[in-house]
Amino acid sequence: MMPKPDADRTVQLFATCLVDTIRPSVGLATLRLLERLGVTVLVPAGQTCCGQPAFNSGCLDDARATARYTIDLLERSPAPVIVPSGSCGDMIVHRYPELFTGDPIYGPKADRVAARTYELGQYLADVLEVGDVGAKAERTIAYHPSCHLLRGLGVREAVPRLLEAVAGAQSVELPGSEECCGFGGTFAVKMSELSSAMLDRKLDAIIGSGADTVVACDAGCLLQIEGGLRRRRAKLAVRHLAEILAESE
Amino acid sequence: MNPQPVSFHRRISTALADDQLRLALGRTTERFAAKRAAGLASLPDVDAVRDRARAIRLHTLSRLDTYLEQFEAAVSAAGGQVHWAADAKEASAIVLDLARARSVERVVKSKSMVSEEIALNETLIAAGLDVVESDLGEYIIQLAGETPSHIIAPAVHKTREQVGQLFADKFGVPVTDDVGEMTATARSVLREVFLRADMGVSGVNFGVAATGSLAIVTNEGNASLAVTAPRIHVAMMGIERLVPNLDDLAVMLQILARSATGQKLTVYTDLLTGPRRGDPDGPEELHVVLVDNGRSRLVGTEVGEILACIRCGACLNACPVYQQIGGHAYGSVYSGPVGAVLTPSLDDVGPWNTLPDASSLCGACREACPVRIDIPRMLLALRARSVRAGTAGRAVRVGFRLYRWAATRPWLFRRAVAAARWLTELLAADGWVQRLPPPLSGWTRSRDFPVIASRTFSERMRDRAGGAG
Repeated sequence: MMPKPDADRTVQLFATCLVDTIRPSVGLATLRLLERLGVTVLVPAGQTCCGQPAFNSGCLDDARATARYTIDLLERSPAPVIVPSGSCGDMIVHRYPELFTGDPIYGPKADRVAARTYELGQYLADVLEVGDVGAKAERTIAYHPSCHLLRGLGVREAVPRLLEAVAGAQSVELPGSEECCGFGGTFAVKMSELSSAMLDRKLDAIIGSGADTVVACDAGCLLQIEGGLRRRRAKLAVRHLAEILAESE
Repeated sequence: MNPQPVSFHRRISTALADDQLRLALGRTTERFAAKRAAGLASLPDVDAVRDRARAIRLHTLSRLDTYLEQFEAAVSAAGGQVHWAADAKEASAIVLDLARARSVERVVKSKSMVSEEIALNETLIAAGLDVVESDLGEYIIQLAGETPSHIIAPAVHKTREQVGQLFADKFGVPVTDDVGEMTATARSVLREVFLRADMGVSGVNFGVAATGSLAIVTNEGNASLAVTAPRIHVAMMGIERLVPNLDDLAVMLQILARSATGQKLTVYTDLLTGPRRGDPDGPEELHVVLVDNGRSRLVGTEVGEILACIRCGACLNACPVYQQIGGHAYGSVYSGPVGAVLTPSLDDVGPWNTLPDASSLCGACREACPVRIDIPRMLLALRARSVRAGTAGRAVRVGFRLYRWAATRPWLFRRAVAAARWLTELLAADGWVQRLPPPLSGWTRSRDFPVIASRTFSERMRDRAGGAG
């Protein structure tokens, strides 16, 4: 199903540091998917990180410096910004304006960028208004809604709907699905015992769900869940939403 | 609030290794959360009520000085007396002086978090007074010599089997895991305590500024007895615990019990205005101790909204960290998300600066909070405060300075990524690293870590047409 045939659909992709360095396939899948839907995708060169790790650790000066860099990068084009990550999307949408409150130069810039930034699933559902992206995947899927996508950006129904429309795919219920997987960025290292205990509960639920694939919209959660599944020698596939939606035939 | 001598990390380890604790927590937090959801669903427009409740709390805080004066005048007009305590020491001294001046020997208490905060029992017991807690949960932990681990369910860390054993040890009754039987045992002991006490000390859920009334909610009716049977009632309340008038109180009562236990209302709701007047019921004297203990300092700061908290405990039940470790691991009277904000805010940040780190910022607390306090936002503010104060540790400060350099210089970012790739390739077997060196070793405690991509997404995009953006 093609999106509403509005005029020019050009977006810029902010891949995020984790996708860039650990899971480039998510960036490639996002690109393929959006182009298949008739969207022109710019990928601004020189992109690094949104600044969230510094922000969440209380290093606000470092977070601001990184955010200024990213804001300038994204301000080179007026196109909407697509982020394949709930938490980085939430950082740009909610935290950037907060970081630059009262800043005469970066305040307005941050507000502008925030107003045209979307997490991928959110963009598909709310802007393109597509339900079925024409994906095909023979999988039994358990969806883990990332905390910042769910409670930060308020994206609740959109992603399950997109997944249900995937031909050949079956969704299973994930008990306690809205509970955090325990990633939390530096929390995973700083408070590794707590993070591991939270992960254990999530993995028990995933493995018990009967799914062969677990899907999330955040490379952080994927890193946490896949790392944990591997440690347990569990054979489930771990996929980003973009990777599932880009699958066809 | 004295920090426990063991480090927070050690307390976390201990809690995670305690199977009984995790059994008890698993049983209760889930049940509370489910009941809360059902309780809130019984309100026709729950969002409107929450918005209204939030507005009432924030409005009250914005004019706290005015409402406190109004409250004091109303309490006095009703025949009570208000005492102002700047800190914990003063608050405890006020109660002890009252007790001594009136030859009090026996004190019965109903649940009060602020009296835990100021360690009132310790002061009174050290002075030779007999102090007995009358809330069942509080009574259990008093018998066990422990502290509360949950705002509304102080003995939540104990399984009923453990309580059965405790009662058997203390009272010589047969061991049982029947809650009804245990309650009957406690009831028979506590009846005597109520009747013989000279002074009843209670907390206060809400003070009503317009009327000087005190609202106290319980499910056991113990507060009703504790504040009416003895000749003196001393009510302990934090200075922020006010609502302007009775209409506002009605709004707060609609969400308090629902958020706490899922009940529409608690079994008992006492609304007390002044001591007895002529009739034979009620105490001869009513004293209200208004405790500041760091609160007024928070008004208007970035953590000021935490004073809007109505102590329902919903954020504890919703918190995936609290669910794992319970309240004691936090080491302070207030635990869970609200405690991680309140404790380092009320006390000097030093000994408590790691509490705000115990959160993945998942936002479950913010979603559960009936008055929508943005707790994650405050945890972030406290983390930033630790960084500014230099208590966050050199590794964090130096690490993020390096991060910032790399994240704002693509050429340096590429080199940093290349270095990380080299390292992970060196350590990996089969594309995954089983053991990372410090300071990243925490990751590989329970998770493998992937090798950095052989070609990053940016590298793959460099030659792509239009990629220059």
